[in-house]
Amino acid sequence: MTVDAELTPKVADVGSRAAPRKGRRLRAFLRNPTFIAGVAILGFFVLLALFADMLFPGDPMDMVAQPLLWPGDDAQYPLGTDSLGRDVLAQLVHGTRASLLVGFFAAAIGLAIGMAVGAAAGFFGGWTDTLLMRLVELFQTTPTFLLVIVILVIVDPSLPTIAMAIGVSSWPTVARLVRAQFRSLREADFVMAARSLGYSRLRIIVQEILPNALPPVIVAASVMIANAILTEAGLSFLNMRDPNVLSWGGMIGDGRDQLRNAWFLTALPGAAIAMAVLSLNLVGDGLNEILNPRSDQS
Amino acid sequence: MTALLSVRDLHTRYAVGRQVLRAVDGVSFEIQRGETVGLVGESGCGKSTLGKTVLRLVPSAEGAIVLDGADITRLGDTALAPHRRRMQMIFQDPFGSLNPRQTIRTVLDTALKVHRLGDRPERERQMREIVARVGLPADALDRYPHEFSGGQRQRIGIARALVLRPALIVCDEPVSALDVSIQAQILNLLVELKRDLGLSYLFISHDLSVVRYFADRVLVMYLGRIVESAPHGTLFRDPRHPYTRALFAAVPSADPTHKRSAPPIKGELATTDVTASCRFYSRCPAATERCRTEEPLLRPIGEGHHAACHFA
Amino acid sequence: MSLLSVEKLTVAFPGQVAVRETSFAIAPGETLALVGESGCGKSVTAFSVMRLLPPNARVASGRILLEGTDLLALSPAGMREVRGKQISLIQQEPMTSLNPVLSIGLQIAEVLRRHEKVSRKQARARAIELLDLVSIPDAHRRIDDYPHNLSGGMRQRVMIAMAVACHPKLLIADEPTTALDVTTQAQVLDLLDDLRHRLGMAVLLITHDLGVVAQWADRISVMYAGRIVEQAGIKPFFAEPLHPYSRGLLGARVDVEADEHYSRNRLSEIPGSVGSALGEAGCSFAPRCPIAVPGCRIAPPPLVAHGERAVACPRVGA
Repeated sequence: MTVDAELTPKVADVGSRAAPRKGRRLRAFLRNPTFIAGVAILGFFVLLALFADMLFPGDPMDMVAQPLLWPGDDAQYPLGTDSLGRDVLAQLVHGTRASLLVGFFAAAIGLAIGMAVGAAAGFFGGWTDTLLMRLVELFQTTPTFLLVIVILVIVDPSLPTIAMAIGVSSWPTVARLVRAQFRSLREADFVMAARSLGYSRLRIIVQEILPNALPPVIVAASVMIANAILTEAGLSFLNMRDPNVLSWGGMIGDGRDQLRNAWFLTALPGAAIAMAVLSLNLVGDGLNEILNPRSDQS
Repeated sequence: MTALLSVRDLHTRYAVGRQVLRAVDGVSFEIQRGETVGLVGESGCGKSTLGKTVLRLVPSAEGAIVLDGADITRLGDTALAPHRRRMQMIFQDPFGSLNPRQTIRTVLDTALKVHRLGDRPERERQMREIVARVGLPADALDRYPHEFSGGQRQRIGIARALVLRPALIVCDEPVSALDVSIQAQILNLLVELKRDLGLSYLFISHDLSVVRYFADRVLVMYLGRIVESAPHGTLFRDPRHPYTRALFAAVPSADPTHKRSAPPIKGELATTDVTASCRFYSRCPAATERCRTEEPLLRPIGEGHHAACHFA
Repeated sequence: MSLLSVEKLTVAFPGQVAVRETSFAIAPGETLALVGESGCGKSVTAFSVMRLLPPNARVASGRILLEGTDLLALSPAGMREVRGKQISLIQQEPMTSLNPVLSIGLQIAEVLRRHEKVSRKQARARAIELLDLVSIPDAHRRIDDYPHNLSGGMRQRVMIAMAVACHPKLLIADEPTTALDVTTQAQVLDLLDDLRHRLGMAVLLITHDLGVVAQWADRISVMYAGRIVEQAGIKPFFAEPLHPYSRGLLGARVDVEADEHYSRNRLSEIPGSVGSALGEAGCSFAPRCPIAVPGCRIAPPPLVAHGERAVACPRVGA
């Protein structure tokens, strides 16, 4: 018996009195202020993206008023207009869609590749591991942003290709994380037990190891979305963007010519990006606390 | 009738950096049907690796593992699957040996499904029976491992080992992580199961008192080799290998008037200096020049009694 | 007069009381064994004496007197003077108790220089003496070794050397041999016992192993669910344990000397688990007790002295 074991009150020993796992998890979520704050801001952005057409019907790219109205000049356009006389608020709200979509899909692609590679490398070890890890290192030695740009020079930038490019360049981090988890979990006694019960490798990977390897990956995922949003903004700023789609990064790119006389054109979408990224990081921190096995009293 | 399990000259090696660690170094033994064989030794002697090698969870380097007359040493995954059903394992750590994200139902049902044992109602019936058999409440099936105490989790581990109705169970320190009062409950359960289901056990433990109580025959392991083997009565009445004697002398008795007779042996298990000498040479109180130059082999010294010592 | 006297100590964690109104005393030079199963509060008691409880723990009431001084009333600085100098602690895990990046000689010297005005050179010389004292061969060579060069038993000897460096009056040994092999366990406990006589210190031995208690302790205190349920000298205790829990513990134990075999004897069990006591108003052992009566569930029975020994059960005793 270790000291820790005795000093930490154990719910486990209470047997039947322990609350069901799901209920306790939910309460842990609700009790975590970081997580709540992150989810609230993120939820706000998601709602904006979903209801953009209802909030601001019509094409946000239409010229609706005289150009370069300052915020507050005209109550109908509370955040002013840009150099072409387009409503900044409408653009911001509609731009949420592209930024979030790119973020989510890029992270999804990165996670899918990273988890597959990491799981294979960690579970099988040996030459599979060596080979896959060399590949990971190859990707990691190339700066992510540069890699994305190279890909987008080859294929024309559109929303799907941008998401794909960011995803393809961001998987190595996930792969390393998943590999480390798999390496330690494959030696766990419950995996030994699964092997002695004659389970197939696929079943052991998917059913026994993966669910236990997920918590740190979920945390990493929220940060990946944030990074993808930032990367998309950077690309748009460099004019590598889908010309038909409005995004926050694109707004910054458009606004930079007026940086001296109408700085709000860059500052407002910049603030939106900062808020979105912050909310995702808050969610990540919150998840880390909640999913960390040491804070989980089970 | 042939033995249930027959292990012949088994070797298991690990690469530790550039060195090769001979965790199991030429071990032979048999387990008869309905027999409990105790495997005792200190940590690092290779007893746990031996158990896992026998179950084909760790690859062997040399030797043969024969289960029920079938040589399973080199079988591939598919060919091995039906034999997996016949031998199972119970682990030491009641916390690490259960997947924290699976209910007890998932744990048991998956095993039955993988081996295609019965349709849904039949599997349900089997699961309920096994859960009751190991002394868990009926509502245990839909709960997660963390909702149980250490002793109850060990019962779950036993249920998992039993669900495929094996003939042989390798118990790797099954009670070492448990409190004394819970140890007795689990040992009694294992005895009942053996009696009712005709099980055979390979019972691995560092605890001589538990092995003395639980085993029919005892193997004493030291640095990858069996140094003494005997029926439990013989071994505990008349230990012949100096290492076995030292082990006995070191176990504290709960009788304060019975002070330990022999001083404990010097030093600790050394894993590196395996040379031509007897493996116990550096710690043996009775070592001679012959022990340094010639390694003693396991030889018969009495009725079912073997020892690897020149002077046994 | 006793060296250490713990009076009505209660230690609480959020949502749980780990130690309840526990009192015991240790005389100079004696070994008191504090025995119980995981979660019974024995380690929490030891850590309270060292005032090294985790931050979420709170000493709700009680006094801990070391030669008349209440340790709980000392300033943090005052307590630091006591730790290592008057009371020291050795823990179960010799792997993690030593700093892996410092040589063992340096770690021992550090303790000496913390509490005594000695030069580097003197400290090193004393460290070699101490390694000699704990029977580490070639002390003058081993002193520059790092913890990873040493086996588990050797590390525990180094821990002991550090613990006794400043001649403490009390050594708290928290499961000192649980992580060690049985042959090493005997060596380490023999060493502790030898040092106790030579240095005249008292030992508070925390263990779950009744064999260790029988062989190496003078008196025993049995803890169950945060309370001491029985106190006695070793010989009377093992001759006839009084409390039903003590009896159950001894009964459930397989002794290496006893000629018991599964084919002939069934082990006696204590039914249920410690968790059964939760929410129990009376004696916390009542749900598992073979001789409990309805009266046992009203109020927790006090520890009552019967001559030299004491037991917290009204159903037994002289």
